[in-house]
Amino acid sequence: MIVTRDWLLTEAPASRGQAAWGRRYRLWLQLRRNPLAMAGLLVILALIALSLLAPWLATHDPGVQDLSNRLARPSAAHWLGTDELGRDVYSRLLYGGRITLGMVVAVVVLVAPLGLAVGCVAGYAGGIWDRLLMRVTDVFLAFPRLILALAFVAALRPGVTSAVAAIALTAWPPYARLARAETLGLRGTDFIAAVRLCGAGPGRIVLRHIAPLCLPSLIVRVTLDMSSIILTAAGLGFLGMGAQPPSPEWGAMIATARRFILEQWWVPTAPGLAIFVASLAFNLLGDGLRDVLDPKQGA
Amino acid sequence: MIDIEGLRVRFGVNEVVHGVSLAVLRGGSFGLVGESGSGKSTILRAYSGLNPEWTGAMRLNGAELGRRRDRAFFRRVQMVFQDPYGSLHPRQTVDRALNEPLIVHGLGDRDARIARALSDVSLPGNVRFRYPHQLSGGQRQRVAIARSLMAEPDVLLLDEPTSALDVSVQAEVLNLLRDLQERRGLTYLLVSHNLAVVAHLCSTIGVMQGGDLVETLSANDLRAGRVRHPHTAELRALTVELEKDEAQPATAG
Amino acid sequence: MLVAISNLRIAFSTPNGWAEAVRGVSLTLGREKLGIVGESGSGKSLTARSLLRLLPGNARVQADRLAFDGIDVLTASEKQMRAIRGKRAGLILQDPKYSLNPVITAGDQVAEAWRAHKGGSKRAARQAAADLLAQVRIRDPARVANAYPHELSGGMGQRVMIAMMLAPDPELLIADEPTSALDATVQAEILRLMEDLVSRRGMGLLLISHDLPLVGHFCDRVAVMYAGRVVEELRAGELAHARHPYTRGLLDCLPRLSHPEARLPVMQRDPAWLRA
Repeated sequence: MIVTRDWLLTEAPASRGQAAWGRRYRLWLQLRRNPLAMAGLLVILALIALSLLAPWLATHDPGVQDLSNRLARPSAAHWLGTDELGRDVYSRLLYGGRITLGMVVAVVVLVAPLGLAVGCVAGYAGGIWDRLLMRVTDVFLAFPRLILALAFVAALRPGVTSAVAAIALTAWPPYARLARAETLGLRGTDFIAAVRLCGAGPGRIVLRHIAPLCLPSLIVRVTLDMSSIILTAAGLGFLGMGAQPPSPEWGAMIATARRFILEQWWVPTAPGLAIFVASLAFNLLGDGLRDVLDPKQGA
Repeated sequence: MIDIEGLRVRFGVNEVVHGVSLAVLRGGSFGLVGESGSGKSTILRAYSGLNPEWTGAMRLNGAELGRRRDRAFFRRVQMVFQDPYGSLHPRQTVDRALNEPLIVHGLGDRDARIARALSDVSLPGNVRFRYPHQLSGGQRQRVAIARSLMAEPDVLLLDEPTSALDVSVQAEVLNLLRDLQERRGLTYLLVSHNLAVVAHLCSTIGVMQGGDLVETLSANDLRAGRVRHPHTAELRALTVELEKDEAQPATAG
Repeated sequence: MLVAISNLRIAFSTPNGWAEAVRGVSLTLGREKLGIVGESGSGKSLTARSLLRLLPGNARVQADRLAFDGIDVLTASEKQMRAIRGKRAGLILQDPKYSLNPVITAGDQVAEAWRAHKGGSKRAARQAAADLLAQVRIRDPARVANAYPHELSGGMGQRVMIAMMLAPDPELLIADEPTSALDATVQAEILRLMEDLVSRRGMGLLLISHDLPLVGHFCDRVAVMYAGRVVEELRAGELAHARHPYTRGLLDCLPRLSHPEARLPVMQRDPAWLRA
């Protein structure tokens, strides 16, 4: 089967697969018309590629110290200079992307399904389940995010894993709220009533009919949240509660370099810019996705 | 086939249906007319099991219906909704919508059944993998009717099936519903605010007002004006007045 | 002539170029009741809205003439348009639920509409609002004035909407499916009310609807639109003598209480109607 533009855009698809891919392709075409979102997407892909290819792109070993060459200015040997232990900032930035972006992905993988499940069940079941699940959500929402994460990490052992768990713990409630609000709106619709009248059970209705409709707004929310997850991860790193030295995590890199921020400004600037660019890119992409995936639109 | 006795439905403190009784024979069709808020749709939703807050007695083919309906009930009774834009899942193709009842009831031979269902409602085969937003209102309502017929029910509950459609499409859908009833021996319980639509499709008509079934009469009696209740007379007069204009050209008021 | 439309064309920009929704409509309206009838997508609402320049941003409007009381709507400044909209021409939409502000009482909304155009004290405005509510035959104007829109029935909400539109003494009333969301009994009352107000105040009425018999009953003239064109224009009393097959089809395919038919005639759409 040859995948062509016409095959994707036909008004009369001949198979399930063609219909599904056609819809995805239309969404892609729509997203492509938004230059800012495309810029965001490209930056994110570039950042991921750079992180994945770190071993080949790095000019130095990120852990090797060269105390004779501390806090060197950017030069041909060290493109972005060296830090307080003489480590190459450029190489550390590449490897740091693996940790920072990896944490973000791990958080999202944990948080989105959890929030979706809690929200959909609460919204569809209603009654006592709704009240119970939503009060739990409220409890988590009521804590300041960073403080709760801090307390959680402090209770465990500081490190990447506990940082991810801590951020996930504080990040899921908004998703649950969002999914619940969407579900409440969908619960009363005729098409869900029609599925009920087919004889489908509640599990099937939530999983197969309601959750897929909550997904788009959740995806949008996730991309918009990415930046704040990056910042929380960086903040935990900055406070020494995230990735532990000598791991090159962006937030931790800024934290250790903050003493030199005035004299050797290039040391904290590089990871700072990386965080800024990544956050901005995710936000731009999120905005674009919102326009495309908005469930209120026909397509 | 359908027996409803002393049905009362309440939403919170408001009772919206005050003890309605009606019966529809197998293969018959009963139409409920009334204005919005008269409780006609509420009766339909209570019978379908969508609204469990009722008292009284409802029977399907002599068997008492409880608060909760089992899967077997949904094989025998299906519903078509008013708004074809709202009754189809926006992210699911026609194929997926028609598959759902087959999967739920574990029916085999799905491809053939779907193809037959589409041809039964006179839809071309190429709509099968389209999404609802790629279909016209009339096509959507045909899909909704096809979906309701997938599990081969005996009873179809029709909630204003044509009021969201253009009149030319309404005619097509009404013809389709009539054909299907003849071919499959379906029993219809139809709700509509349009007297002419109800009289066209149903032999017996119940007039609702403020939660009461104020009059039950045959379509012929309604056409001939043999009505007893003033509300029936009022509704009839409004319809007849508009029809008169085109029949005999006179200066309109 | 209150409204003069000649060769009106409205197109929307789509990814695949311009899609024409109205393709050369010509209409005139004096101080009379003109009905525009058509099925969904026929362009009837767009035609009416273009008069007030209330079209979405991606619409392109072209016309040999599009004038309201001699003012060229195509070239009028935004200020001139504001003077027309709401003041000289009122617009009544299908569902009062969405057109009324849910957090302001009905009386205050009517009073506000009156003050916006006439000025004067709040007290005078409230008095005028009560008058207007009485004019739209609300039996208990005081109660309705203090009610919020959600406390009103659909028919009552539509009366409040009409009262608001009447506040500035408009010369033209555009009603876009004003009764489609209402019950038959209420529908008749609202239409009779509008008919009465329009003839008493000597206004023009542009009634847009999908319901041909209904429009024929309440208007002086009916323009039938199909696919962006007026296919037939006739006096309301002559509905039975409609010549265009589309108009005939619209009438024939209705189920009738007085004449039972086993099968309803189905309209066969002739591609020639698109060119006619």
